[in-house]
Amino acid sequence: MIGGPPRKLRVATTSLAGCFGCHMSLLDIDERLFDLLERIELDRSPLTDIKDLGRCDVGIVEGGVCNAENVRVLREFRARCRTLVAIGACAVNGGLPAQRNHLDLGLCLQEVYKTEPGLRNGMVPDDPELPLPLDKVHPLHEVVKIDYFLPGCPPPADAIWSFLNDLVAGRTPRLGHGLIRYD
Amino acid sequence: MTSSDSLETTSRPGLRRVAIDPLTRVEGHGKVTLLLDEEGHVQQARLHIVEFRGFEVFIQGRPYWEVPVTVQRLCGICPVSHHLAASKAMDRIVGVDELTPTAEKIRRLMHYGQILQSHALHFFHLSSPDLLFGFDSEAARRNIVGVAATYPDLARRGVLLRRFGQEVIRITAGKRIHGTGSIPGGVNRSVTDAERGELRAQVGQAVDWSREAVQLVRRLFEQNLEMYRDFATFPANGLQLVREDGALDLYHGGLRARGSGGGTIFDHVDYSTYWEQVFEEVKPWSYMKFPYLRLIGPEEGWYRVGPLTRVTGCDFIPSPLAEAERRDFLAFDGGSAARATLGFHWARMIEMLHAAEVIAGLLDDPDISGGDLVRQGERRGRGVGVLEAPRGTLIHHYRVDEQGMVVRANLIVSTTHNNEAMNRAVREVARRYLDGRQLTEGLLNHIEVAIRAFDPCLSCATHALGQMPLSVELLDADGSRLDQLVRD
Repeated sequence: MIGGPPRKLRVATTSLAGCFGCHMSLLDIDERLFDLLERIELDRSPLTDIKDLGRCDVGIVEGGVCNAENVRVLREFRARCRTLVAIGACAVNGGLPAQRNHLDLGLCLQEVYKTEPGLRNGMVPDDPELPLPLDKVHPLHEVVKIDYFLPGCPPPADAIWSFLNDLVAGRTPRLGHGLIRYD
Repeated sequence: MTSSDSLETTSRPGLRRVAIDPLTRVEGHGKVTLLLDEEGHVQQARLHIVEFRGFEVFIQGRPYWEVPVTVQRLCGICPVSHHLAASKAMDRIVGVDELTPTAEKIRRLMHYGQILQSHALHFFHLSSPDLLFGFDSEAARRNIVGVAATYPDLARRGVLLRRFGQEVIRITAGKRIHGTGSIPGGVNRSVTDAERGELRAQVGQAVDWSREAVQLVRRLFEQNLEMYRDFATFPANGLQLVREDGALDLYHGGLRARGSGGGTIFDHVDYSTYWEQVFEEVKPWSYMKFPYLRLIGPEEGWYRVGPLTRVTGCDFIPSPLAEAERRDFLAFDGGSAARATLGFHWARMIEMLHAAEVIAGLLDDPDISGGDLVRQGERRGRGVGVLEAPRGTLIHHYRVDEQGMVVRANLIVSTTHNNEAMNRAVREVARRYLDGRQLTEGLLNHIEVAIRAFDPCLSCATHALGQMPLSVELLDADGSRLDQLVRD
């Protein structure tokens, strides 16, 4: 950064097979959000209307990988973001949605959409617009290289704040006491 | 002109596909696809829910007491709704029909904190950019950052209102997101004097700002009356919980359904047999099912849930400021706002004001610091818990075996109820604004504006694998019941 004008870090965020709780925890930095937005620029994110990912300094990905579309988005994030962050239990190890990994997906779909007698009409949704579900839910690092892992369900707002501050300042992020949680 | 109903399906080959993917400034994952002919006429418009998960399946075999903590992971925006709906169902499992006053009030405090934070998030962080800058304003500015730059006070209030709701949740649930405060039969904590003081210091401000937010939406309607009242608007049936006296109650009540003309379809129905009222339909192009009222049938029986249905469908709101606003809303322009899809925003802000008033009342109640937290009763095998989540009626239903393990679960989440209504809104906007025109980003955003009015929670909707219990009746020619078969 020496000599150059201060450039805002460009940050993209997305949620794959997650619940948006990690994005909510990011918003739980409360009024510090305005301070953060002075120092970063948002690219593609559920908070903006940018649908196509640009070149970014940081990509923050919530949720594991449960379908073909998740794989495509995650690979795109890896290709376009210099630093890629797995945020929250689902991104780090699959989280609660990965509890479906011991079930047979085909049987699940059959049971829910077809053989269930409470339905007026039974069929497994199979339109080409629906991305192919994967047999198992995977953590992000099984698909692409991840640079940082932020654990927690969700990671505390203070952990996200501290982490982003370190990145913005060009420091190697270090989470202090109480900020690393595995709930 | 194409009728919007015919836009749902088409088998015509050679149409051009336009997708809005991903939907943004909504919670969860969804997309809209449009099929256009050579002249740009819209031949099909659909909202797809593109993920499939399996919460109801993988909690089978897990202990019942774990469920209120696990199922809330369906959603990070409204975890409290799932935490409490599951707790209400598990109250029944542990044989408790009435909580201690402290437990009931702590749960209500948590729930109304949730309503407040979720409504604030949806309005200020997600939807306000469309309403303040215009539906086809510059995309780069149409977000909370743009709002903060142009209306810094408003953005700050939104953030602080949400913070207040989140703090109410932290104090009652132990944690802002995915807390643990509610347990089968009661709660595991009450509010200390220090915590009560902390919240009391902020609640007056929350009430004032919520009131001003209601006025802001009113002004937006006044400034753009024709557009606001007609945008994506169509008549719809409604489903909600109401208190015994017909009052708005978001934590507990009986089921009420009203027809699109305002007539009552059913009222004060015990929710523990909800499956006698609601059936579901599957369509091949969405993982979200399409529920309908059994009494009306699949064609006309679809309905809406959420703030607009609740505020217009209750008999009154049991807090003075919100009730005054409800009356003003119903009377505005001969009732046009109360019928409008964008009226959802107005109703949502009235509910936010009501939530702030309820919280203020509970903070003055000595019971929230009581020590009698949990009850136990005779164990049962089945429990249904229903409440009004920020986005509408939320149904949790469990069966538990003698060892205390879940053997069956069914969740019908708020957003699923709105599936057909949201698809209608998409088709309506496609027909009115997009048909035959050069599609720009701003025009496509009109479709998202219509979807955002419903505040859909697509994460919730994708996690759920609804399994409806079945009840079959055999009627004779006079309509009297000969036989009934129930499977749950």
